[in-house]
Amino acid sequence: MYLPKLEQFHKYKEMDEGVLGIFETPEAIMHAAEKAKEKDYKGFDCILPYPVHGIDEAMGTPRSGLPWVTFFAGIFGCTIGILFQYLTHAHDWPLNISGKSLNAWFAYVPIIFELTVFSAGIYTVAALCFLSGIPKATRRILHPDLTSHRFGLWIPKSAKGYNESEVVSFVKGLGGAEVTVVKPENQK
Amino acid sequence: MSLAQAVRDKLDIPDLVTGGKSLKDVTVDIAKPNEDFPTKLWWNTFLLVLTITLIDVAIIGYLFYEGLYLLGINNPVGWGFFVVNFVFWIGIGHAGTLISAVLFLFRQGWRTGINRAAEAMTIFAVLVAASNLILHVGRPWLGFWLFPYPNERGPLWVNFRSPLIWDTFAVSTYLSISMVFWYLGLIPDLATLRDRATETWRKNLYNVLSFGWVGSARSWSHLEIVSMILAALSTPLVLSVHTIVSFDFAVSILPGWHTTIFPPYFVAGAIFSGFAMVVTLMVIAREVFNLKNYITMKHLDNMNKIMMVTGLIVGLAYGTEFFIAWYSGNEYEVFAFWNRAFGPYGWAYFIMISCNVLSPQVFWFRKLRYNIPVMFVASLVVNVGMWFERFVIMMTLNRDFLPSSWAMYTPTLFDYAMLIGTFGIFFTLFLLWCRIMPVIAIAEVKTVMPQKEGAHH
Repeated sequence: MYLPKLEQFHKYKEMDEGVLGIFETPEAIMHAAEKAKEKDYKGFDCILPYPVHGIDEAMGTPRSGLPWVTFFAGIFGCTIGILFQYLTHAHDWPLNISGKSLNAWFAYVPIIFELTVFSAGIYTVAALCFLSGIPKATRRILHPDLTSHRFGLWIPKSAKGYNESEVVSFVKGLGGAEVTVVKPENQK
Repeated sequence: MSLAQAVRDKLDIPDLVTGGKSLKDVTVDIAKPNEDFPTKLWWNTFLLVLTITLIDVAIIGYLFYEGLYLLGINNPVGWGFFVVNFVFWIGIGHAGTLISAVLFLFRQGWRTGINRAAEAMTIFAVLVAASNLILHVGRPWLGFWLFPYPNERGPLWVNFRSPLIWDTFAVSTYLSISMVFWYLGLIPDLATLRDRATETWRKNLYNVLSFGWVGSARSWSHLEIVSMILAALSTPLVLSVHTIVSFDFAVSILPGWHTTIFPPYFVAGAIFSGFAMVVTLMVIAREVFNLKNYITMKHLDNMNKIMMVTGLIVGLAYGTEFFIAWYSGNEYEVFAFWNRAFGPYGWAYFIMISCNVLSPQVFWFRKLRYNIPVMFVASLVVNVGMWFERFVIMMTLNRDFLPSSWAMYTPTLFDYAMLIGTFGIFFTLFLLWCRIMPVIAIAEVKTVMPQKEGAHH
């Protein structure tokens, strides 16, 4: 049986201190991600202007677990839809309309459907925002080109076996065009 | 040249982004309209539609002050232009969701060039539709009565078995899910604009709008999954919304309305009119913002084909309605349709047929599918025709069961003002949006570029 695993709900970690390497092509960042995974830098990340396909496997991040949120939120919305209409029409305010059943549930279907979709969608997006750490307007931007045409490899200070000069030479060895050491004190 | 590119060339598959653009060119080209000072053309159009909107707002205020008697509605035609506009605009909205959701699920790469604008069109069209829905109740300040809320008047609840309440739930769910879907896709692009901004105020604006998006691969992986989920949720939502709108008519017991064909017929019509509106807007946008490399003739060709197919579907629906009316042997049903085509509003019926069924047939010819003026005119004609379709359906009321209560519906100046006003509001919102946000999904276009396959490296 397929069960949700905690690591599927991987969270975005703030990029405060570490090493940033900038690459020019999607192939280069794929290669870099694979090498960083081999090196076992825990918690490393790639910064991409668009979703590069296959980067998840290269980085070793598991598939997102958000469909589980959708599933349970959908069940929740569906239950609310059924119970709310049943309780109001059959119990709280029963109206006999030309002898029809008080609990004429066929007529509840449109609203049950809408509530299911609504809560499934909204809760999933809320979960996405939570996991991606948005909204946050005071976030530091490492390099302006990373949302346009270049690709970043981020190795945080918290990574296991982090040694600044070693990491810098590792990223340079991968062909990083620009390698910057990011420290909290040189933040704007 | 990569193998994939060679295969594309051999099979003559056109590129979705032409002109040999690099990733950076894409950003620069698409962000340009957001960064430059608006052109004179933009200002003139904007001032025109803004004036229409402001006049409309003033007229709406007067309408509330005086009451709905200013409109042409009477007994038996109690529904008038507001509901015609409502159904028309909500139908326009559907193509946006269809392009972004259904084509996404079918992995249609060509949607990336047009999906952003189409989604924005959806939001604004649904907003306009919802405003018409609220206006037509006559006392809009009591509009909240449509929602089930705990009140102090004892156990008093809305009637969940009423199509009006279904409408409320369907439209508000559709609006919120579409908005979330649209904005979620915009966040990375707004981050791009933020990082390109040079002025402080612009940087701050986009910083807030982009929610502090960085582009981390972990976030992208979640975002991609959520886009897929929202696409999968919106697809049945598109069908349900117009189905429920058609229930407003179909669950009544009126001849001509009380038919099972209404839900699919309404959905097909919605897609039809929506695609026509997308073509209208895209033809303008690619000229005005110089986006011919992103909205290629191939995109327009695909949309024209969809317009032609959905045009045939609505044509089939018109024919089926007539056939079933005759085949049912129900004389009231037969009369309703006879009256539609040859009664006092027969002219509207034939406008509808010629605009919706005949005009899209020009797209059988490849030459005309690739002809900008032809498709522009055809898309406008289809929009007119689809508005008349809803008008024709509404006019079924003018001759009901009792000949003694038959009456004609004559729209007043206020009705026409409301109709023109909806276009004013729609285009004002759309033009403002074009200035602030990218009209093409920057990040998504990059995923379908030839560079991805290494062609330009």
